[in-house]
Amino acid sequence: MAERPLSPHLSIWKWGPAMLVSILHRVSGDGLALVGLPVLLWWLGALASGPAAYETFTWYATTIPGYVVLVGLSWAFFNHFASGIRHFVLDIGAGYAVDANNRWSVATTAGGIVLTAAFWAALLLV
Amino acid sequence: MGEGTALGRVRGLGPAHHGSHHWLLQRFTAAGNLLTVGFLAFSFLFLPDLSYESVRAWVGGALPALALALMIVSVFWHARLGLQVMLEDYVHGANRFAAILVLNLAAFAGAAAGLLFLAQIMINTEVSQAVTGLQNQLGPL
Repeated sequence: MAERPLSPHLSIWKWGPAMLVSILHRVSGDGLALVGLPVLLWWLGALASGPAAYETFTWYATTIPGYVVLVGLSWAFFNHFASGIRHFVLDIGAGYAVDANNRWSVATTAGGIVLTAAFWAALLLV
Repeated sequence: MGEGTALGRVRGLGPAHHGSHHWLLQRFTAAGNLLTVGFLAFSFLFLPDLSYESVRAWVGGALPALALALMIVSVFWHARLGLQVMLEDYVHGANRFAAILVLNLAAFAGAAAGLLFLAQIMINTEVSQAVTGLQNQLGPL
C-alpha cells in the first residue's frame, strides 16, 4: 500500500456494538448474494427440471452441511433484514445518540438470531 | 462558478454526476426484498410440506409466481448494488473495473435464469393440471 500515514484501522479501534452490526450487515449481505442467490437458483432450477432434480436438491439440503448452509443463509437474511431496518431508521436521522445507537445495535444483532431460531422452530416443530 | 444548490447536488448535478441514484435504488430494492423475501419465508412456514408436488403447485400459481418474479428482480438488483460497494472498497485499479463488469453480467444472467425457471415451473404446473383434468373426465390414461 501507499507509503503515507493511513487512517486507523480495525486493530486500533475500541470494539462497540455499532461496528459489530455494520460488519455483520456486510458479511450477511455479501453472503446472501454470493451463496444465497446460487442456492435460490439451484432450488428454482431443480423445481423447474422435475421430481428427480428436486430430489437431488433436497438430498443435499438435508445433509448436515446442507442444514449448516441453510441455517446460515436464514440467519444472514434475518440479520440483514434487522440491520436493514436499522439503516432505514438511521436514514431519517434518528438513533445517533450513543446510548440509543448502542442499544439498537445490540437489539438488531440479537433480533437476527431470535428470528432465525423462531423461523426454524416454526418450520420443524409446528 | 458556484457549487449549485443542495437540491441540485442531490439530483445528480454535483461533481460526481451520479447524485444519490445508487443509494436510493439500494433502499427501494431493500423495501422490495423486505416484502417479497418475507412472503417467501412465511410461505415456507404455511405450506403443508416441502415435497416436490406441494412446492411446485404453489410456485406455479399465478400470485406466488408474480411475487417470486418480483423477488428475483429485487434481490439480484439489490445484490448487484451491494456487491459493487464491497468491490469498490476492496478491489482497486483495473481489477475493479473487471470485477464490476463481471458482477453486472452475473447479476443479469442470474436474474434471467431465475425468471426462466419460474416460467418453466408455471408451464409444468399448467400441463400437470390439464392432465389431471383429462384423467378426471376420461378415467386413467
